[in-house]
Amino acid sequence: MRSFTYERARTPAEAAASAMRKPDAKFIAGGTNLLDLMKLEIETPAHLIDVNGLALDKIEPTQEGGLRIGALVRNTDLAADARVRRDYGVLSRALLSGASGQLRNMATTAGNLLQRTRCPYFYDTNQSCNKRKPGSGCAAIGGFSRQHAVIGVSEACIATHPSDMAVAMRALDATVETVRPDGATRTIPIAEFYRLPGDTPHIETTLMPGELITAVTLPKPVGGKQIYRKVRDRASYAFALVSVAAIVQRDGTGRVALGGVAHKPWRVEAAEAQMPRGAKAVAAQLLADAKPTRENSFKLALAERTLGAVLAEAKG
Amino acid sequence: MRFETAATINPIDQLKVVGKPADRIDGPLKTTGTARYAYEHHEGVSNPAYGYVIGSAIAKGRIAGMDLAAAKSAPGVRAIVTADNAGKLGKGDRNTAKLLGGPDIEHYHQAIALVVADTFEQARAAAELVRVDYVRTDGAFDLAAVKDIAKPRAVFGGPADTAVGDFADAFAAAPVQLDANYTTPDQAHAMMEPHASIAAWNGDKLTLWTSNQMIAWGVGEVAKTLDIPKENVRLISPFIGGGFGSKLFVRSDALLAALGARATGRPVKVALPRPFVFNNTTHRPATIQRIRIGAARDGKISAIGHEEWSGNLPGGRPEGAVAQTRLLYAGANRMTATRLAELNLPEGNAMRAPGEASGMMALEIAVDEMAERLGMDPIEFRIINDTQVDPEKPERPFSQRRLTECLRTGAERFGWNKRNPQPGRVRDGRWLVGIGVAAAFRNNLLTKSAARVRLDNNGVVTVETDMTDIGTGSYTIIAQTAAEMMGVPMEKVVVRLGDSTFPVSSGSGGQWGGNNSTAGVYAACVKLREAVAQKLGFNSAEAEFADGEVRSGNRRVPLAQAAGDSGLGAEDGIEYGDVDKKYQQSTFGAHFVEVGVDVATAEMRVRRMLAVCAAGRILNPKTARSQVIGAMTMGVGAALMEELVVDERAGFFVNHDLAGYEVPVHADIPHQDMIFLDETDPMSSPMKAKGVAELGICGVAAAVANAVYNATGVRVRDYPITLDKLLEEMPDVG
Repeated sequence: MRSFTYERARTPAEAAASAMRKPDAKFIAGGTNLLDLMKLEIETPAHLIDVNGLALDKIEPTQEGGLRIGALVRNTDLAADARVRRDYGVLSRALLSGASGQLRNMATTAGNLLQRTRCPYFYDTNQSCNKRKPGSGCAAIGGFSRQHAVIGVSEACIATHPSDMAVAMRALDATVETVRPDGATRTIPIAEFYRLPGDTPHIETTLMPGELITAVTLPKPVGGKQIYRKVRDRASYAFALVSVAAIVQRDGTGRVALGGVAHKPWRVEAAEAQMPRGAKAVAAQLLADAKPTRENSFKLALAERTLGAVLAEAKG
Repeated sequence: MRFETAATINPIDQLKVVGKPADRIDGPLKTTGTARYAYEHHEGVSNPAYGYVIGSAIAKGRIAGMDLAAAKSAPGVRAIVTADNAGKLGKGDRNTAKLLGGPDIEHYHQAIALVVADTFEQARAAAELVRVDYVRTDGAFDLAAVKDIAKPRAVFGGPADTAVGDFADAFAAAPVQLDANYTTPDQAHAMMEPHASIAAWNGDKLTLWTSNQMIAWGVGEVAKTLDIPKENVRLISPFIGGGFGSKLFVRSDALLAALGARATGRPVKVALPRPFVFNNTTHRPATIQRIRIGAARDGKISAIGHEEWSGNLPGGRPEGAVAQTRLLYAGANRMTATRLAELNLPEGNAMRAPGEASGMMALEIAVDEMAERLGMDPIEFRIINDTQVDPEKPERPFSQRRLTECLRTGAERFGWNKRNPQPGRVRDGRWLVGIGVAAAFRNNLLTKSAARVRLDNNGVVTVETDMTDIGTGSYTIIAQTAAEMMGVPMEKVVVRLGDSTFPVSSGSGGQWGGNNSTAGVYAACVKLREAVAQKLGFNSAEAEFADGEVRSGNRRVPLAQAAGDSGLGAEDGIEYGDVDKKYQQSTFGAHFVEVGVDVATAEMRVRRMLAVCAAGRILNPKTARSQVIGAMTMGVGAALMEELVVDERAGFFVNHDLAGYEVPVHADIPHQDMIFLDETDPMSSPMKAKGVAELGICGVAAAVANAVYNATGVRVRDYPITLDKLLEEMPDVG
């Protein structure tokens, strides 16, 4: 771990301004991912801005009938919130399928959105990784890629985004609220929040330098059956091979997003029109441009079968 | 004490203390965090420095140059140890690769330097500043690719090839045949406590607080590597946070701590960071296995053959996966073959039940497949081929063998008769449900073990032996043994372990620790009883030790009084004659597993498990049960998830942390049950006990595999059985 300087920010705008001013600054909240990465020198920030004191830890109703979730709301608290459980069940279920109780007690809403991939080559500084060291190459391509992305991949990176929560947020059409270093605020639809790897896999979101997430907003509840199904080799404490977040209405219409298959939560709105026709039809469109590796091509069949099980469960 | 013939009645048979489910005496220390592990012996050292290990970034080749300048001038750095400046080092006999590499590199993450600094953080930061230039050379990393050039290699004292009768002819003539290949992957011990040591020099004498299963081996290896007399090395290892074979031998943490301490003149602490544990230390090597079984239509095996291919670094040993096939089932015509290829992966070495664990993973699937071909129940097929004698040497009986009783008892308890022999027919909601069985088999090994006992004027018995407790319950069963022998309650026994100043014990490995170390304590206690009797003028054969007293005729003297102010001591050990040559000593069991397989995703989840074990006298049913259910859990890992994934381009294990190397979590193990058959084995030792901790893993994975087959009709012969290997053959779910 490199030496770093540290400050406690007093306001979100001050935190953002400081992040812009100090070179190689990072925000730290729960630290469940960043500290691990710093110990391994995968992340080497020169300055940490602790945002834990920013009073962004409330869940409040919005005027539009939705919920505004403070950036610092811990995963445990979000999953347990009565309004979330009642109106956004897919979110609560996704959260509870991730990490462990101890980690969820620390991990925050914004931190969860921004967690880094668990690609083992990203984690080993002896190996080439365009995400860790741009231009160094991708050891995962042609290497151990069973966990990796099957769609939206590039020649530079086949990493997945590891979050469960983000998959549910994508299905729920959440928006990300931020403050920029100049104090201006904006909202980013989650559909526009994550980037595909392309040739810059180290740039994972559309956040600008210094921009700080202050909240994630959920629109008015859409009802329906809300299911999160996470498929993995062991029953708990593992990242998804494939996950499905689904909101299914009584007439069979709805939304689906997949986790574990791409550099971001994977949702293709056009494919959702096929939902009444069943999983095969949805999957065909959702995964139409898939480019799996030899080791992870099973994810295509797995995604389709899991989606089928989820749609059947929604009906039943 | 020589043990040469069957044990007769002795004080252990009273079973006042031995055989009782006593709580672990180290339990409160561990649950309160007051048991000191290797890295935590702050009381022994003042002002320690911290060492951080640098591992090779390549698998094979050499170091062309190391630039230490930036690291040397980093804050707090006191020394950087490399092969260049460490002085001439020997190599221990029990490790294959050097513990400090350079300039030649033998495997990925082989230690090449230790950065020593005032704080851990300074050492770690400085380690990142060391620049190393490597020259890579090609290596062999893919077992399948080098299988055909593998060479015969003897293993565990057995020959590379065995043959009885005429296997080829008998197999060819058999009306029912199986010829199948199985693979097991490289596996990691994945114990909780990483390898860690503190080293301190006092003049030319070295003290190492370390985490090690075999203290005397460790002393010898450290002395040889540093070229100093054994007498100048002291190893202390009272608590060990899991070993599973990974800590049978000293590793780089111990050597580098010693070198770092010598370089700085300060005590030095070194712990391997978790990602290092997987590639820097040892692992269970992968195997390819071919099994052929031929049988008559009545199910009697006429031919059984088992061949194994594994790989290791030059000078390493094979896994030994054919061992059990020489002994488990009858059959007049038999063969085994052990082949070893050179691989440049990290060192393969012992992991819980080396040989049998891997071998049983394959053999017990093969037996299930064979039973199906014969149209027989797999339990009946096993029973029909049970044997009471060594099948290679029929004049040599097993000392005890109750495999059939294990199978029948388990079948009854588990509800085997409810199993549908037709696979893929039982459904419970979204789950396809299946039941599987496998035999369990692991040899019982006899090895000498010594102890020292002392009785003081408070009537307290203190036992000292260099035996280790790797979470197994050694402290407790040794206390039970001494308490039984001396006629005192356990509270009056103090057990001190894991120190090389104590008499040399069996150590912990190969499931030999329980029986042998307590037998050594038994021997020392016999001697102490004689000393007490002699002092009191009692006839030692008639003296009775009970309730804190020694009695003979009308006389009864409290032990405290007998000991007197100067106390009484004795030291002895157990040594074995040829009882294990005359009698084959093995432990037996049966594993039953019910799994559910998700009909859509093919996710496999164990629903319940049962093990029935026949392993001699169970010295403490509580600690023994913990060993067996832990081993069953490890077997589930081997079946369903554990695999060190080889990057065949760069030659290393890619998933080198506990997120990537998955082992079962609580949610994977919903219900376990186990039964010990009531048994004593008078050929094993005066304790009449045998090993049980490795028996518990042998066969589990195959029972899971057989249950998955019963659930789905999909036969997977390549471990681990992950859902991607089932998916294509799962029923269409629309």
